Parts: sequence; structure tokens; C-alpha cells
Amino acid sequence: MKFDTPATTNPIDQLKVIGHATSRIDGPLKTTGRATYAYEWHDRATNPAYGYIVGSAIAKGRIASMDLSRAKAAPGVIAIVTSENAGKLGKGNYNTAKLLGGPEIDHYHQAVAVVVAETFEQARSAAQLVKVDYTATKGSFDLWAGRDGAAKPPGRGDNQPDTTVGDFSGAFASAPVQLDATYTTPDQAHAMMEPHASMAAWEGDKLTLWTSNQMIAWTTGDVAKTLGLPKENVRLISPFIGGGFGGKLFLRADAVLAALGARAANRPVKVAMQRPLMFNNTTHRPATIQRIRIGANRDGKITAIGHESWSGNLPEGRPETAVNQTRLLYAGENRMTAMRLAMLDLPEGNAMRAPGEAPGMMALEIAMDEMAERLGIDPVEFRARNDTQVDPEHPNRPFSQRQLVECMRIGAERFGWSKRHAEPGKQRDGRWLVGMGVAAAFRNNLLMKSGARVRLDGQGRVTVETDMTDIGTGSYTIIAQTAAEMMGVPLEKVVVRLGDSSFPVSAGSGGQFGANNSTSGVYAACVKLREAVAQKLGFNSADAAFVDGQVSSGNRSAPLGQAASDGELTAEDSIEYGDLAKTHQQSTFGAHFVELGVDVATAEIRIRRMLAVCAAGRILNPKTARSQVIGAMTMGVGAALMEELAVDKRSGFFVNHDLAGYEVPVHADIPHQDTIFLDETDPMSSPMKAKGIAELGICGVAAALANAIYNATGIRVRDYPITLDKLLDHMPDA
Amino acid sequence: MKSFTYEKVNSAEAAASAAASNSNAKFIAGGTNLLDLMKLEIETPSHLIDVNGLGFDKIEPAPDGGLRIGALVRNTTLAADARIRRDYGLLSRALLAGASGQLRNKATTAGNLLQRTRCPYFYDTNQPCNKRSPGSGCAAIGGVTRQHAVIGASDACIATHPSDMAIAMRALDATVQTVRPDGSTRDIPIADLHRLPGDTPHIETTLTSGELITSVTLPKPVGGTHIYRKVRDRASYAFALVSVGAIVQRDGTGRVAVGGVAHKPWRVEAAEAEMPRGAKAVAARLLEGARPTKENAFKLSLVERTLGAVLTEAKG
Repeated sequence: MKFDTPATTNPIDQLKVIGHATSRIDGPLKTTGRATYAYEWHDRATNPAYGYIVGSAIAKGRIASMDLSRAKAAPGVIAIVTSENAGKLGKGNYNTAKLLGGPEIDHYHQAVAVVVAETFEQARSAAQLVKVDYTATKGSFDLWAGRDGAAKPPGRGDNQPDTTVGDFSGAFASAPVQLDATYTTPDQAHAMMEPHASMAAWEGDKLTLWTSNQMIAWTTGDVAKTLGLPKENVRLISPFIGGGFGGKLFLRADAVLAALGARAANRPVKVAMQRPLMFNNTTHRPATIQRIRIGANRDGKITAIGHESWSGNLPEGRPETAVNQTRLLYAGENRMTAMRLAMLDLPEGNAMRAPGEAPGMMALEIAMDEMAERLGIDPVEFRARNDTQVDPEHPNRPFSQRQLVECMRIGAERFGWSKRHAEPGKQRDGRWLVGMGVAAAFRNNLLMKSGARVRLDGQGRVTVETDMTDIGTGSYTIIAQTAAEMMGVPLEKVVVRLGDSSFPVSAGSGGQFGANNSTSGVYAACVKLREAVAQKLGFNSADAAFVDGQVSSGNRSAPLGQAASDGELTAEDSIEYGDLAKTHQQSTFGAHFVELGVDVATAEIRIRRMLAVCAAGRILNPKTARSQVIGAMTMGVGAALMEELAVDKRSGFFVNHDLAGYEVPVHADIPHQDTIFLDETDPMSSPMKAKGIAELGICGVAAALANAIYNATGIRVRDYPITLDKLLDHMPDA
Repeated sequence: MKSFTYEKVNSAEAAASAAASNSNAKFIAGGTNLLDLMKLEIETPSHLIDVNGLGFDKIEPAPDGGLRIGALVRNTTLAADARIRRDYGLLSRALLAGASGQLRNKATTAGNLLQRTRCPYFYDTNQPCNKRSPGSGCAAIGGVTRQHAVIGASDACIATHPSDMAIAMRALDATVQTVRPDGSTRDIPIADLHRLPGDTPHIETTLTSGELITSVTLPKPVGGTHIYRKVRDRASYAFALVSVGAIVQRDGTGRVAVGGVAHKPWRVEAAEAEMPRGAKAVAARLLEGARPTKENAFKLSLVERTLGAVLTEAKG
């Protein structure tokens, strides 16, 4: 189905199932431990061997020699795979560094071997006996040092490294009120609960991988490319994923090494990446240095806005696109954005929840707060004065829907924003300095082709099959809701099967594009199935109503299942998009409000309450959407207050590579969260009229905290995370 | 993890003598620290001596009016004990500030005292570490040091001791009872149990080969207001940046021990004489000779400020 004109009324608008707060249909499987995660397919391989990864001990250089003799002789060892004996390996389209290193080493903890043994314990023990001698060479590990040599990265489609509109320099120089400030965000880890894990089994030259992956088609292709197999010989199965956040968008070492290990061992092999390797072996969100300049008239109208960002990556890697939102979020006649990329020999930087906007909003929304203060205008009002209903770089492109100001105003009212003291450091509650902060939320809505197959059986049961994934987001549930709405059946009559490369290719899970696109693909397939049903039952398909398990037209009615009485009916289709995303800018908007306390003695920062107001098209399921937003808000708290991969700039690795060293928020950090979804439909986005929501929730949160900290203490911190040591010297006497 | 043999012993003497006869043996009780370290091959004992069956799991009155805490009393039990909560509130509060409920259910009193540092370089076997691999060097010095020691460290090691409980024990003047392989017993004042790193950071305590802790004894209650203040980046389940354990009497005198700053629970009795003059004076004396890094220099003012808040709170 081609979606190239705005959606009109369709069966989804009935809202009998869609739009209702529905618990996850896969919830009972998870709470009873029956959901099969990658490492848990016990019935598919009754006698698997276990692989344990050896990670490089240096960040850059070469393996001078490897001695496997002791490891090979260790109890239970079946095989050891290294680059020496793995055969020729390709590199996936979505990988920057090789997944099996050697002899060259590209980054710390790059895999250099996998030891396969009868038991996990034997593999782990033998892995310690692999002796590797390295010749280290000097690497670049410091973004600040690499900043001056940073190059302009190549553009990708619409995303160019530089944009300019009007005369930024002139307008900024002549602006009566100016801000020129530099902000930094650190490297961050996805730190998901389930590590990357895979089980591989070969049947001749055909490979099956039970894995944990967000993007089945991308990864199937990259497995084939890496191993030199025809794509059709690779089957990926990933129905449940214990968290990804972008860390599982791509093929990673666990899957490649499980496959190589299984080939060498001649039996199925499981590999779960050990936690200490997760932080340096896999991808992370790259650190940024961001310079923001804003010039405004005294009435609060922005006349010039500029945003430059520096990030680093391995050769062939991409920049963190932290200037994305500044191209779209606020009005201003004169504008510039620029991204520069330094070559660093740290592990590969790549997508993490809301790549681009998450770190970009961390900086931009502090800058907006600083500017509002300089202007003497309330930060909510300042943002409202600079609202734009068109893409400010291309004013002929209106936003499809944009309710930023509504989000800000409703949030301000609900949160009690008027009680905030504009002057910082003025509200005291016992030992706490109390402050409130606000930030806009912004994240683009991405359209991607997505397919699905739907089957109808004689009992009127509908089965949906798509390679879409559920990374804990609720995909199973919203897809079931979509099929139930379309086919006029209750939710219990729908079976959803996901995450299998033998199913039609979907958008996958990432970039908050999963929900809208995958359900639209299911919509398209259901439209086809409805036609097939109508035809089978002798109805005119355009007139037929699908309600309560019955198909009816005029005064005739038949049970839905009757259409499949002499055999299952199957329909398959994809949603494909025309030019609506070119003619209209599709984005999601919100406002984050935070109240927190800063201990006057220790400068410990503790949140009191949070509110997010979101305008993101139709909310398909308010319950799963809320879970996504509060989860994202929590991750934003981590970004604001504690998350930082600490770089050892001498040796080139992230030092705090476990969950004790890399802190993320715990329950005690998050006492109270509220969400409000504005009633909105976006007919430009898809037949579902929905947009992304899961990443909107993280964009801006950290800045709202930073602004609240400023409001509480009068201390402006521009370097994340805002830990107490950055406040302490400036705190008042206790 | 390396393969190891395992035995369960029936007496403290047998445990001590088994340990002394095998330099590669370790006692195991709760295992909350040792097992993690064995999986990473930071600890590589070839033999484990399980002391869980030795019956040291009671909290009993001591002859001088104090309490004798069995070495195997779990942290959860100890923190919840009514006598501890009434007379040694500092200890209960320190325990509850540490780890998680699940870990406290397993972790023992003696094991808590003997837990090893959380220095990330100690945890990464690719990195030189004098504590893990004597003579290999210290990767932490000149590296990422925000969590590290600011006082009492050496050119060989700047690690800290991570225990909350030990800070309270130090302030309470606990003594540690042990049995040695020859069956003899001794009392070690808590102040003398942990060592500074010096040139031998791998030797962390004054326990001798095979010596087993059987109990920890708290002296007669000293009254006063007991406050344990742990400062950290997140609200729970994190090691202290600094912690202050204090017992403050009505007249402003008292005791202070500090965590997160040194290779051992840090207490300077002479500094306590300054308590009536306030936190600044105490901290100056307590941290005299500190040699922080650029990244952890904040701990000096953090100790002072935290102590100030504690003293204010104690005044009520």
C-alpha cells in the first residue's frame, strides 16, 4: 500500500481497540518466565556448547602472537576461533569496526577469540588461558584534543553536516541580547539488562541464529555479508529482547562468534556477551562538544541561532547528529548548524535512544533557559514566542502537526509552574534547595517501509506475522490491537508472531519509528485481508463492515471465520510512503517539567517530581505509551545526573565497564512521574495517524533537570553529568 | 573461574588449620564478593573452606555490657536486631546504606569487613594493579580517579575500602576476635585490622595466614546521637563518594569515622577533640596530609560539608 495522500477516515478511527489502555499481551509470558530470550531456547538445541569471548587488552595496535595451546588443552574445550582460523570474513553494512579483531586491533575489548567448550564455566576458564601478545600503537582517545583536527563528515541524504540560512554571523553580532556557550555530553552506554546473546546452529550451509536484535532484516543481511553466505541461508529468530535502546540495532560479536563457534564445534553454540565486555566491545552514544549561539531582540524574538557539534568515532564512523533539532525547533531568520567528526580510537559510537536529539536537546534546552534569563522572560513564554509552524530552514514546509506551545502551557498549568521563583536559589525546604526546570521535548518522526502477513482461520482467529521486534516496548500489543480493530475481532482472537526473518520485512524497532510504521504495515495487510474476506463471502469489499466477529453489508451478515471455512486466507502487504514527509515536516513535541532538591551541604541532587506532556499523533495504547515515556524520562535522569563512560585517555577505554561503575537511576531516584498525552491525530504520518513516542520522552529531560538545578542553586553546569562535585565549590554555606 | 576444591569444616580451628596448610585457600561465607571476583579471575583460590556451618550466627551480650556479633551474622539480621538499633544505631544505619536487600541477606559480618576494593582497574585483569598482581604497577594513578582515596594512599595504590559497616564499627571501637591455626585466639582492635596500602597493597589486613574471624564485639553502648550519612551520585545501591559515621554527645564531643577516602575506615582520634569547634576544624585535622587527585579533590570539602550537616543534625 502506498501512503501518499493524507489519511481520511478508516477503520482504525473506530477506536474500539486502538487507543485503549491495554496491558501487554506478552506480559504473562514474561512474568512467568516463559518468554524465550536468546539464551533460553532450551528445546531447540538440547546439547549446545558454550562460547566465551576474549576481548582485546589494548585499544589500538596489532596482535603480535597468540598462544592457544594451554586453552586448547583445558578441560572441555572444543574449539577456539580467532581471525587466524575463522576464514575470510566480511564486514556488515552497519558495522564500523570488525566484530572479530586481529591481527589489527581497532578498539579495546574488540573480540579476538571465542573459546567454545562443553560448559559455560569451562569456556570461561579456558578463555583466561588464551595468551595474546600485543604491539600497542598510539591512539587518539580525547575528543577535546581531536576537536581542532575534526573534519566535515559526508552528508547522508537530507542530513548534511552544515546548514545555513540568512546571515547568521551578522545577525548574531548585532543582536542586543546574546548567548555564546559551550556544553558537553559524555559517552554513554545503553546498559540494557539483557546482554547481547545468540545461539547458532548450522544445518549444512544454512545457519539459524536465535538472537536478541532490534532490526531483523538489517542483521540478517549483515550476518550473510560477514560470513559470506547467501542471505536466504540465514534465519534470524528474535521474538523477545531484554532491552536494546539502539545497542541491538546491529549485528554484534555474540552472533558472529556463535556462528563461527558452531561451525568449528560442529554443534549449536551459545554466546552471551559477558557484562564487562558490554561497554567497550559494543556500541555507545558518543560524547559531544556543542557550541550554541543565540541572538535575540529584547522582545524575546530570536534573530540568530547557531549550533555546532563535535563528536568522535572510528574511521568510517558517523557523527552524533546533535544539531538535528536546532534546524527545526525554533524560529529565527538567520541560522547555522555544523557537525564535525574527530577520528578517535575508542569503541564504535553509534545510535542510542534518540541519537542526535537526546544529546542535542541536552545542550540546546539549557541554552534556551540561559537566554530566557538574560531576556528576563519566563522560559515557557520565551519558547512560545519563538514557535514556528514551518520548517525554519525551508519555510515552504509546514509541520504536519505541531503543538509545542500547547504542551508547554498545559504542562505549566498542571505542574504549578507559576509557583517557581524566577530568581534562583530562593526556595528552601529544610536542608534542600528546591528548584523547578522546564525544557521542550522534540524528536523527529521517521517513516520506513514496513510489511506484514495476516492469516485468518475458520474459527475467525487472526494471526499476524512480521519481522517487527518487541524490545519491551509493547509491539505485540499494539499490533494485536491494530489487527483486532481492522478485522473487527476482540484482542483475544489475534495471535502476533514477531522477530523472525522468515516473516515479511518490517520497519523494526529503533528511532521511535517502530510503532507507527509496523502497525501501518499490519493495517495494509489487513486491508488486503478484508478484501479477500469480502470477496470470499460475496460482499462488495468497500461496503463491508467488520464488527464483533461478523462481516456485514446491507442486511446480510456472516461470521468472519466463514471466509476461511475451506482453508486459511492469507494476505501480505507493506506500507510504503510517498512524499508527505518531504512536503511536511513530521516531528513529535513535548514539554518536560522537573522539580528537584539539592542538598545544601552535600550538593546531592534528588528529584521530587517530573511531568512530561507529549503531542505525538494518535496514541495507540496509552498504557504502553506511558511506559515508554516514563522509561525515557528515567533514562534522561541518568543522562543528567550520573551516566558517563569514563575514558582512560592514556589507554583508550571506558573504565567503568560494569553496572556497579556505570550508574543508571534506581527506583529511589524516581519518586514521581506523570505523563499527559494531547489528543492529536496526524493524517500525514500514516493510516494509523500515529507518530513515534518512545524517544520523545528522553529528549529534553536532562536539560529540564539542569535548569531545575540552576533554579535551585544559581549554579549553571554545562557539562554532563551534573554530579555534586561540579556544584560543591559554588554552593552556599550549609 | 578456575577449578577449585571445596570443603565444609566443623570447627573454627579446623578451618584455620585447613587454610594455613594451603596458601591458595580462601574462606567462603556469604560469597557476595568472593564469587564475583573468582568469576573474573581476580581471586583464584584453588581451595574453598566453607565456614557457614560453624554456628557463629548469634548476637549475644558480651561480659562488659557490649554485644558480641558472630562472624556469620548476616547484614540483614544485624541491621534489624533490636539491641543494635537501640544502642548502636550507627551500625544499623550504615548497614542499611550499603548494597541491596538481597546482598545483605547473604553478606556476613566478617565478610563485610574483608570485602575488597571497587577500584575499576582492580576489576579489569588487562590492567596493571599492585593489589591484584603485586609489582605490576597501578593503572589508577594518572587514570580515572574520581572514586579513589585522598588520604593514606601510596605510590603503589590509591584504592579505597568500600564498606559502610566498617565505618560504623570503627567509630564504635569494635574489636575483632579470631582463631589461628594453632587454636589460639586473639582480639584485634578494629583500628588495627585494616592496613594502609604502602608498598604491599595486596596485604589488606593484619590477619595472619589461616586466621579466621569468629566474632566482632561492640563495647558497652556510649549513648549519644548516631548518624550515618552516605553521599553518593544516585539515591541507593552505590558505593559512597564519602560517608560520615558520627556519634555526637550532648556536650558536642564525640567520634567520627569517614568512608570513601582511604584504604581503610578513616578515623583520627585527635581530630575528634576538635568536634566542639565544628566541622571545619575536625575535617582539617582528620584530612591533614591528604593528597587528592584533581578528580577527587572535591572529597575534601565534601567531607567537611557532610560532617557539618551531621553535626547540625545531631544538635537537633
